[in-house]
Amino acid sequence: MSGKVTVVDYGSGNLLSVCRALRHCGADLVTTENRTEIARAERLVVPGVGAMADSMRNLEARDLVGPIQDYAQSERPMLGICVGMQIMFEAGEEFGIHPGLGLLPGRVRKMPATQDGGARRKIPQIGWNTLKPAAGINSWEGTILQGLPPEPAAYFLHSFAVDPIDPSTRLADCEYEGLRICSAVRKGSIYGCQFHPEKSAEIGLAILRNFLAL
Amino acid sequence: MKGPDLIKSVQLEGVRKVGDPRTFARRYYAEGADEIVYMDAVASLYSRETLTELVRRTAEEVFVPITVGGGLRTAEDVRLMLRAGADKIAINSAVTQRPELIRELAERFGSQCVVLQVDAKRTPSRGGWEALRDGGREHTGLNVVDWVKRAEELGAGEILLTSVDREGTRRGFDVDLIGAVTRAVTIPVIASGGMGSIEHLFSAVEQGGADAVAMAHVLHYEALKLADIRRQSRERGFMVRSA
Repeated sequence: MSGKVTVVDYGSGNLLSVCRALRHCGADLVTTENRTEIARAERLVVPGVGAMADSMRNLEARDLVGPIQDYAQSERPMLGICVGMQIMFEAGEEFGIHPGLGLLPGRVRKMPATQDGGARRKIPQIGWNTLKPAAGINSWEGTILQGLPPEPAAYFLHSFAVDPIDPSTRLADCEYEGLRICSAVRKGSIYGCQFHPEKSAEIGLAILRNFLAL
Repeated sequence: MKGPDLIKSVQLEGVRKVGDPRTFARRYYAEGADEIVYMDAVASLYSRETLTELVRRTAEEVFVPITVGGGLRTAEDVRLMLRAGADKIAINSAVTQRPELIRELAERFGSQCVVLQVDAKRTPSRGGWEALRDGGREHTGLNVVDWVKRAEELGAGEILLTSVDREGTRRGFDVDLIGAVTRAVTIPVIASGGMGSIEHLFSAVEQGGADAVAMAHVLHYEALKLADIRRQSRERGFMVRSA
């Protein structure tokens, strides 16, 4: 593996943590907000925390929406983390509807604050949860989730969740207070994870190493 | 922490030096800690720079969430700590004096990184608990249950609840305190102060309703091993990740 990776710097709060974890995994890393560097990347990581609309605004302000969309067509590896995954979808519903990058069909929605039985659900989800194969996924072999120990746990911190239209893009779920949440997605060499691999201890580092080996 | 050293107190007083905090953080990370909490007991300007550097270096080798507290007073203090690598900040004294700061921090950095630190002391004469500030040295007059409800409304994302009466004693958590707080709010409550045995942890979770448990003394002095605590908690039926 070459381990070369380009991390998009568009003002995301977890940029440093993501870079530290990738470097720990042996990545040869650059951070950039330059569209030419994004176009030339061998491997692209889009971090993210906060609100999807803010993140899109920050990308637009740097004129990076087009370059990331073009990159995603190129079949080179890409990883969106947390809100970096959410913005890969078509739109987010938060005080109105805001467009995303549209790399994957589906929407991003606020997780309901009430469970089916009427009990309150704690929003945001803050903490560790177990990754499970999504419906129809028999194996994670050949994906960034391959080779993990049984019942792998990852660290989540989010109030919104993605709802992919194409079930074949759904790679992993977790269960949170009666709600099944899409936790990782894949379409070709494009990946997204709702959890934070950079804060998910050895499981998270293994996932990042898998990504660097794509 | 006090300056560059990891210390441990009893009831927030009588401090003893334990060692180099990074060594401990690294070890606890390797042994499966879900989160690391750094608390600055001195919180002077000099120690603030030491703490920032400590957080920066810890975040390069510890890949679980890091919470940092002790003496943070302004949004700028918080920004610097988050930039150094903290994922959450714990705040007490400054917000007991000006609660609106909770809202300002939540709006600017997100509720998920604003942890309300409560140092609770029993008030036998009135019943209930009072929130103390400045490392347990000063009274606030705030009733803990009223205070945590208000803090949740203002946007606190989590509560780190320490029993001053039990802190460092290894006599067990103040389960009544934990129960009173978990019933009052819907945000996660991390119970702290007094853990001496695995049974203490069980009662904090089962009777108190704690969402997580913080421990220091039992680990620093190797009375208990994290691996054993995790295994026994899993056997008890708690959600504990396999590390």
